[in-house]
Amino acid sequence: MTRSALLVLADGRFPAGGHAHSGGAEAAVAAGRIRDAATLEAFCRGRLHTTGLTSAALAAAAAHGHDPAKLDEAADARTPSPALRAAARRLGRQLMRAARAAWPGPELDALAQAFPKGAHQPVVLGTAARSAGLAPLDAGYAVAYETVGGPATAVVRLLGLDPFQATAVLARLAPEMDAVAERAAAAARGPVDELPAASAPLLDITAEAHAGWPVRLFAS
Amino acid sequence: MHLHHSPDAPAAVSADAHRPDGSRRALRIGLGGPVGSGKTATVAALCRELRDKLSLAVVTNDIYTREDAEFLLRNAVLPPERIQAVETGACPHTAIRDDISANLEAVEELEDTVGPLDLILVESGGDNLTATFSKGLVDAQIFVIDVAGGDDIPRKGGPGVTTADLLIVNKTDLAPYVGSDLERMARDAKEQRGDLPVLFTSLTGPQGVAPVADWVRGQLAAWTG
Repeated sequence: MTRSALLVLADGRFPAGGHAHSGGAEAAVAAGRIRDAATLEAFCRGRLHTTGLTSAALAAAAAHGHDPAKLDEAADARTPSPALRAAARRLGRQLMRAARAAWPGPELDALAQAFPKGAHQPVVLGTAARSAGLAPLDAGYAVAYETVGGPATAVVRLLGLDPFQATAVLARLAPEMDAVAERAAAAARGPVDELPAASAPLLDITAEAHAGWPVRLFAS
Repeated sequence: MHLHHSPDAPAAVSADAHRPDGSRRALRIGLGGPVGSGKTATVAALCRELRDKLSLAVVTNDIYTREDAEFLLRNAVLPPERIQAVETGACPHTAIRDDISANLEAVEELEDTVGPLDLILVESGGDNLTATFSKGLVDAQIFVIDVAGGDDIPRKGGPGVTTADLLIVNKTDLAPYVGSDLERMARDAKEQRGDLPVLFTSLTGPQGVAPVADWVRGQLAAWTG
């Protein structure tokens, strides 16, 4: 395995469609809940320990080799918002394209064939990590980082927030990202039914409202 | 969806000229250019001119979701199922160049749902002079500027003006009112582009979009030929 593959996979420039999604930040900015670096940090921390942990564990479990179809069901069960389920599948399909170009392999091919409309993004990410020769912990890191990196980038664009401050937020969250990745990797060694199911109800509610906005900059 | 290519052919995930079933896919032409230069009006006029002979679809990349798609719908240039809007997360140039995955999905979905198609027009969100399309997304690209944006734009150059397969200088009817020198624009464009074609258009004039439509037909003939 090559550890540098993790940098490629987790890079915000990895062409998998993530740049058009704010991870709920656009709705939070509009509601006044994200106004500056401090409120961005609070938002990211909340997302990291809830949906971030859940997604990281799903990805780590896929990288561990659990049945991706079962994991996809588990992801559905853990995503009550139809808008977020649709976004996760769309992002999963987009990630699949990039992953098959970067790390082609039979498991990615099989997953693409089983889910022509896209599997949940964390499941695809974990399978991609596996195809890249990465470990479940690496998949957990990738998800933990994108869980907070996506909203931070979006808020730089939405608020004109100082990019140095936004990056400092990510750096401050690094120890917590480590902890989430480790919890995800540990959970991946257990059965699928016992994977974490932490959720953020406000993110689910605002995602539903956001999907109906007539004018928005981000897809979710 | 591309389900059946061999994993050792990564090019097949984007720019491959064939669809998974082996048929030749539609020609994809991108239209980019600054805000307000007439990209959407050009797309609408092209649809009206070409839709009787060709099977067409359009992908729009709005900065604000769906504005351009709704303009095309309101003007009924194509049935709604042939128009798809892609959201760009405030970065229209990223969606057509650096991370083309959402746009690729849109063109493939259009081929799956309303195909077979001859031509898909991919309109970028209004951007700056550096915006260009990835070759993984489109087969040819048109850059649209207008005389009212300043007659020094061709001289300034930039990747769009310099390298697009076709440069359109639009709204020539406004030139006398905004003091733009069309000859100077033509001279500067020639200097920047060498032998690449430049068309001066006025969509409200007698010729309208016809010269652009002719260019598109030429591209299509080369694509299918």
